[in-house]
Amino acid sequence: MAQTIFVEAINQAIYEEMARDENVFIMGEDIRRSVYGATANLLDDFGGKRVLDTPLSENGFFGAAIGASLVGMRPIVETLTSFMWVGMDQLISQAAKMRYMFGGQATLPVVYRATMFYGAGSAAHHSDRSYPMFMNMPGIKIVVPSNPSDMKGLLKAAVRDDDPTIVFEDGTLFGMRGEIPDNSELPDGELVVPFGQANIVREGTDVTIVGIGGSVNHAATAADQLAAEGISVEVIDPRTLVPFDKQTVLDSVEKTGRLVVADPAHKVCSAASEIASIVAEEGFWSLQAPIQKIASEQVHIPYTPSLEKHVYPDVEKITAGVRRTLDA
Amino acid sequence: MEIERETLLLMLKRMWMIRNFELKVMEVHAAGEFTGAAHPYIGEEAVAVGACAALDDTDYIAGNHRSHGHPIAKGGRVDKAMAELYGRVDGYCKGKGGSMHLADYSIGILGESGILGSSVPVAVGAALAAHIKGEKFVSLAFFGDGASNQGALHESMNLASVWKLPMIFLCENNQYAVTTSYADTVAVEHVSDRASAYNMPGILVDGQDAIAMYEATQAAVERARKGEGPTLIEGLTYRYEEHSLGLGRVRRGEYREQSEIDEWRKRDPLLILETALISQGLATREECDAINAETVEEVEMATEFARNSPFPEPEDLFDDMWAQPIPLP
Ligand SMILES: Cc1ncc(C[n+]2csc(CCOP(=O)(O)OP(=O)(O)O)c2C)c(N)n1
Ligand SMILES: [Mg+2]
Repeated sequence: MAQTIFVEAINQAIYEEMARDENVFIMGEDIRRSVYGATANLLDDFGGKRVLDTPLSENGFFGAAIGASLVGMRPIVETLTSFMWVGMDQLISQAAKMRYMFGGQATLPVVYRATMFYGAGSAAHHSDRSYPMFMNMPGIKIVVPSNPSDMKGLLKAAVRDDDPTIVFEDGTLFGMRGEIPDNSELPDGELVVPFGQANIVREGTDVTIVGIGGSVNHAATAADQLAAEGISVEVIDPRTLVPFDKQTVLDSVEKTGRLVVADPAHKVCSAASEIASIVAEEGFWSLQAPIQKIASEQVHIPYTPSLEKHVYPDVEKITAGVRRTLDA
Repeated sequence: MEIERETLLLMLKRMWMIRNFELKVMEVHAAGEFTGAAHPYIGEEAVAVGACAALDDTDYIAGNHRSHGHPIAKGGRVDKAMAELYGRVDGYCKGKGGSMHLADYSIGILGESGILGSSVPVAVGAALAAHIKGEKFVSLAFFGDGASNQGALHESMNLASVWKLPMIFLCENNQYAVTTSYADTVAVEHVSDRASAYNMPGILVDGQDAIAMYEATQAAVERARKGEGPTLIEGLTYRYEEHSLGLGRVRRGEYREQSEIDEWRKRDPLLILETALISQGLATREECDAINAETVEEVEMATEFARNSPFPEPEDLFDDMWAQPIPLP
């Protein structure tokens, strides 16, 4: 085990996958000099052909990644969620739809690493948490890691997956420290976290909190605080939203009878909305209180810290949500 | 440049195949055998056929909504294409793609796109793969004069040029985007003039002349395989029919004169190629007619094949969504 920070985990995953398979390459803006820290050392060790600095052309290079994946490559694209809008046509019209539309002929093992830099005064144009929009579109796998170890293992799984995948990297976690097992300690010699398997972050019996990305850690903190009052909270991190491990959530709600969903995305049609609807539909008879959605307010992200801090789910809001389920 | 007789005859056959395929499609569409949009390639056959004759099976193409000509030109199967238009299980895409989305991955046809300009970056990606792996295949994207105004194309041309990719941008300038003349939407005189902004050759070709299309593409392919980068080719051509089948019923205004259509029909691409073949003693009138008749026969058989193929069953609905199935939400 080694203490590793989140962004370093991203770098380890990319490095290991590029070393393992020469069809893996990475492209994005300013990645050779690693402006965001995730692509350090790649240029020196893998060379310019596999570490491509692109022009500012999201539609162009998002699509080029798709085309390369169709003919046997495994591209990793680095971008920010907020720049994805510019390349949206390629993500939706091509990446999501090609396999189905062409009757299964197309295989697209392409990974988009989309960082969500919110909560740090970047205002509305750099703070998007857009994964729910992609959940609505069939055809793209969606990953939202909440700690360094999962970040590494899920990104490695994404590179090996034969479907297009967007890994939403929570920028508020970039400096987060966590334990990552050394490869030598692992039975398979490496860390690969399979899609579609939720992680039970902590067990509890009174209330279930499902957290997404950075909200998982807020949920865990809330659970710690509530434990002091004798309230036992189970915290679940789905880790991947597509595919989604609904059974783990339903089993938990069957035990606790109460559900809070904490989601940094905007509240309307959020991941929280979908999870709440699954439990309302399939776990209704287990519920002893109304489901609480703790998601971002339905407003743009303001620049000034005095306003921005009110937008996202935090420990306080999550704790209040838990109490509402208990008071009901 | 000497072109082998065999190549020329194959080109003639593919052009007749497209022509007769499209005539059949118009007939059965009018008879209501299938519905949905279908965009006839009649009049433009020399562009795709000339271009694809310069490619190998290991080279890639991607195209657009006017999609029947491209796969046939690259050697695709008319029976699977027709069955796709009929929405049947034996279609290229098992009935999930339809007219605008033919694809044949076994011979490098990465797929046609109903979103205009959208397949161009994808084609560039195939060229990027060749570049990264140091392989010799090339990639070619078909797009229309209308789509030449899409940002995706311009981003793609710049990308391909700065990375010197083995890429050919092939504009089928049939002069209109639905009803809008390209003269009203393209800021330069020729689409090929746009190449200069991306530091690549821009070649204007008579798109009714299959041999000219072949030669221009051949030169671009050679350049690409040598690592010298992309080329923009503009085939100046003309669409004889309405933009799309079925559109005649909804279109309100006229946008071109019958006399213009008549003028272009005089420069029919099949007439031009046959005249060249016969005048050079490479084929006789009878041989040309026999090739035409052969394709009529093949299209007839393809149509029967399509009619006899079953529709997909409801349980096929979720197939092909994922590489490995995942649980439904
Ligand atoms: C992005 C996008 N915008 C608009 C359309 C609707 N549309 C379909 S075909 C067409 C005209 C295309 O013109 P051109 O690119 O010249 O191709 P042509 O039909 O002439 O072969 C339009 C506007 C579309 N399919 N995709
Ligand atoms: Mg046109």
